[in-house]
Amino acid sequence: MSENNANSGTLVQVERVGKVFHRGSEEIHVLADLSLKVPAGEFLALMGPSGSGKTTLLNLIGGLDRPTNGSVAVAGERLDQLSDHALAAWRARHIGFVFQLYNLMPVLTAERNVELPLLLTHLSRAERKKHVETALAVVGLSHRAKHYPRTLSGGEQQRVGIARGIVTDPTLLLCDEPTGDLDRKAGDEILNLLQSLNREHGKTIVMVTHDPHASARAVRTLHLDKGQLSNGEVK
Amino acid sequence: MKFLHLIWSNLRRKKLRTSLTLLSIVVAFILFGFLAAIQEALVGGVALAGADRLIVREKVSIINLLPVSYEARMDRIPGVDFSTHQTWFGGVYQDPKNFFMQNPVEPEKFLKMHPEIILPPDEEKAWLATRTGAIVGRRTAERFGWKIGDKVPIRSTIWTQPDGSQTWTFDIVGIYDGKDKGTDTTPMFFRYDYFDEARQQWGKGQVGWYTIRIKDPSQAAEVAKRVDEEFENSPAETKTEPEGAFIQGWASQLGNIVFIVAAILSAVFFTILLVTGNTMAQAVRERTGELGVLKAIGFTNAQVVALVLAESCLLTVIGGVVGLGLARAITPVVAQNLAGLLPMFFLPTHDLFIGFGLSIALGLVTGIFPALQAMRLRVADALRRM
Amino acid sequence: MSGPLNWFSQIGSITKFGLLSLPQRLGAVAATVIGIAGVVAVLVGVLSIATGFRQAMAVSGSPDGAIILRSGADSEMVSGFGRDETRIIADTPGIARTAQGPLASAELFVIIDLPKRSTGTDANVPLRGVEPAALLVRDNLRIIQGRMFEWGKDEVIVGRGAAQEFAGLDVGSNIKVGRYEWPVVGIFSANGGAAESEIWTDAKILQDAYNRGDSYQSVSVRLISPDAFPAFKDALTSNPQLNVQVIRQTDYYAQQSQTLTRLITTLGFLIAFLMAIGAIFGALNTMYSAVAARTREIATLRALGFGSSAVVVSLLLESLLLALVGGVIGGVLAYVAFNNFHTSTMNFQSFSQITFAFKVTPRLLMRGIVWAAVIGLIGGLFPAIRAARLPIASALREL
Repeated sequence: MSENNANSGTLVQVERVGKVFHRGSEEIHVLADLSLKVPAGEFLALMGPSGSGKTTLLNLIGGLDRPTNGSVAVAGERLDQLSDHALAAWRARHIGFVFQLYNLMPVLTAERNVELPLLLTHLSRAERKKHVETALAVVGLSHRAKHYPRTLSGGEQQRVGIARGIVTDPTLLLCDEPTGDLDRKAGDEILNLLQSLNREHGKTIVMVTHDPHASARAVRTLHLDKGQLSNGEVK
Repeated sequence: MKFLHLIWSNLRRKKLRTSLTLLSIVVAFILFGFLAAIQEALVGGVALAGADRLIVREKVSIINLLPVSYEARMDRIPGVDFSTHQTWFGGVYQDPKNFFMQNPVEPEKFLKMHPEIILPPDEEKAWLATRTGAIVGRRTAERFGWKIGDKVPIRSTIWTQPDGSQTWTFDIVGIYDGKDKGTDTTPMFFRYDYFDEARQQWGKGQVGWYTIRIKDPSQAAEVAKRVDEEFENSPAETKTEPEGAFIQGWASQLGNIVFIVAAILSAVFFTILLVTGNTMAQAVRERTGELGVLKAIGFTNAQVVALVLAESCLLTVIGGVVGLGLARAITPVVAQNLAGLLPMFFLPTHDLFIGFGLSIALGLVTGIFPALQAMRLRVADALRRM
Repeated sequence: MSGPLNWFSQIGSITKFGLLSLPQRLGAVAATVIGIAGVVAVLVGVLSIATGFRQAMAVSGSPDGAIILRSGADSEMVSGFGRDETRIIADTPGIARTAQGPLASAELFVIIDLPKRSTGTDANVPLRGVEPAALLVRDNLRIIQGRMFEWGKDEVIVGRGAAQEFAGLDVGSNIKVGRYEWPVVGIFSANGGAAESEIWTDAKILQDAYNRGDSYQSVSVRLISPDAFPAFKDALTSNPQLNVQVIRQTDYYAQQSQTLTRLITTLGFLIAFLMAIGAIFGALNTMYSAVAARTREIATLRALGFGSSAVVVSLLLESLLLALVGGVIGGVLAYVAFNNFHTSTMNFQSFSQITFAFKVTPRLLMRGIVWAAVIGLIGGLFPAIRAARLPIASALREL
């Protein structure tokens, strides 16, 4: 794994990427010839109407999907050249996901949910426990550690989701509409949390959203429409 | 195993469905244990047969008698260590339903021939000293509450006493145990000398069958042939075979038990397979989104497959262990009611292991298709479906 | 809310929707139907063994037939008569007569060894010596192949069941009787009864071959009528010259097979019971899942105004219907696989083989279908009730 970026400090390099989906016999070009650079430590928001391909782009950056053409590199590693098996291991080490619908396992308590990504590491039980406690403290939910998702509010569930996303101390935090299912107050709490993770802990965050209030919290916003990027304002 | 908690928690989802599947697996394995016991009762004796023993019977049927004079001739045949005889008494204790075997034997030789019969030395001495003495197996003694010193009347349908009555009374002088779990401890044995002197009418000086101890088990076939040749062209011709073959022959007369048992079990397990497989397939289908999340987090395909298989195996193994355990516990109760029909009714340990192995296999087979389905899930699709 | 007619039409609609949506749920439906079919097939199959055996025994004896043994003997094997005694018995009033004389056959039997066709191993088969009246003393005896043996000659006829189960009993082949070899000249049928397991010859020939002198083991007679039995029995038991017991033929065969019948029936029912329980759990499982899969659909119907009870009844109907289909399939499978499956086994009481056929009777089939219905009803009841009681709003939201 060599760092061969022209600009040191670039964490994500997306180059001339295209993604085609097949529905029956139809071909749908969701992304076409898209290039993007994300510097380390940035909080980037991707905005656009539904169907613009922003979730697809997020999936490509996170190694959840492969581009039809073009290349995706994160921390110098070419994702499009990794096998499925290597990609999974890579994701475990480098990426934290936060989903719109939280996607917690209903059969596990909050702390067990947060522990999930750690099961893929070689940490001992005691070490795993420590990391989980830290993550839950960061999101302010230590007192709800033993609760099941069904007894947590939407905002609390999302915070557990974020705790799960950061528990392995990943290189990159990817959020897909993190406040999409929350009311204004809960949503604001989540955005505060994300901002503090970025500013105080230096986490690089790429967030997909359609809510201008959310994107306002980001450092840079890019707009996606019909698979094409256009630059937004940089604060 | 750190994943155990995850696997276990997944099973606790939809508790009702899991419980019902578990219960049908439990029942299937109770049935397995039960059928294994039936098979053992009917065919299992073969394994316990003495490798150094031959059975000599009348050539056509065991119900035809052999002269007692044959014993001396047999002892002289090369390869024979010694021989002794037994005869079918065919007695009834109170009710024909209380059936158990009672055979007149030569006490010392009999005990020497059958080391699997364990009789305390003082009881053996008492038997040799009491003409009307009889030893009875622990199973039958417990069944009727007999103790040493009891006088037991047996009504014979075949033999009559000098006074014309068909009731013979024996003194219980010993209670024997079996060396192995499967050793039959239901028969009663009494003394041939008393029997032969007292019995009236036909059959005097004639016995049912002989048991021969041979010097070298590998010579079994040769010695058997020599015995039959010795008595060829005598009024009573013989058929001699190793004890195992003899017991096997009886079982075969009963029917192709093994085949029937195997057929029933196959049908049962096939049905269970369907039910459990369906449950597992549904369970996986419902969790497509969650499995997608696991993959997103970084679980590899292999790990997801292993997770699903582990779940189905955990379910079937728990069901199997409970079912086999219950079968083990219930067979003594059933055995009480079948006593007389099937003397030794129990679940052999080796069948427990086979059952356990089957439960794992069941888990693998029912889990494999859902597991492969889970493996082939494309993460992006799965997440979208949530 | 809704009148009775409306209620029925609701049930009709819901059931119709359910059945129409079956193709979408084909996997689960198939699992249910096949599962129940399998259980019913095994249940019926296992019990057909006992049914067949009992039937063979029942057919063996006729109500106006009787068998006489020595007093104290519990089977023919241990009984014995001299010639004189058999003559006295034959002359007793109550026995039906023809121009040739009383319908009484003094008989004896021995055991011979023959290999079983199915396993190749030796089995003990009864060889019976009979008198001319034997063919009339038992019901439904018919020579179906070859001819009857000639009296006084070393010839045998073979029962249909025995010919089927044991090797070397075809017309024209010889069987080994002690030191001799006797030809098989015919095959007879006896309506599936016990006689079909036997080989017959002239009693006198058998006596000579086995040095039995002039002794017999039993006398089989046909009485004037079933009611003649009590008087006949008294006449014989009060006769000081005789020491006999008199048993109705039907009772005798029932007695003789008692142990075996008990064994087969006990084991059969135990297995059947366990299977039924397993099937109920399985059915409950599949029904719960089936209903769970349609929670939103059912909730929609209720939101639209269909009554809860109509929902319950129609779900039950659907479950019942699937179970009945499974039951019928299982019954047909059992019939095809097991009915008239011929086999033989050891009868401990006579120490010889008894042949019989598995019988899947209409009664047994009905039983199988009833079990399937019960399984379907129990399996469908609780899930149906639960589906009907779920709060509509939350059910609608369920994904």
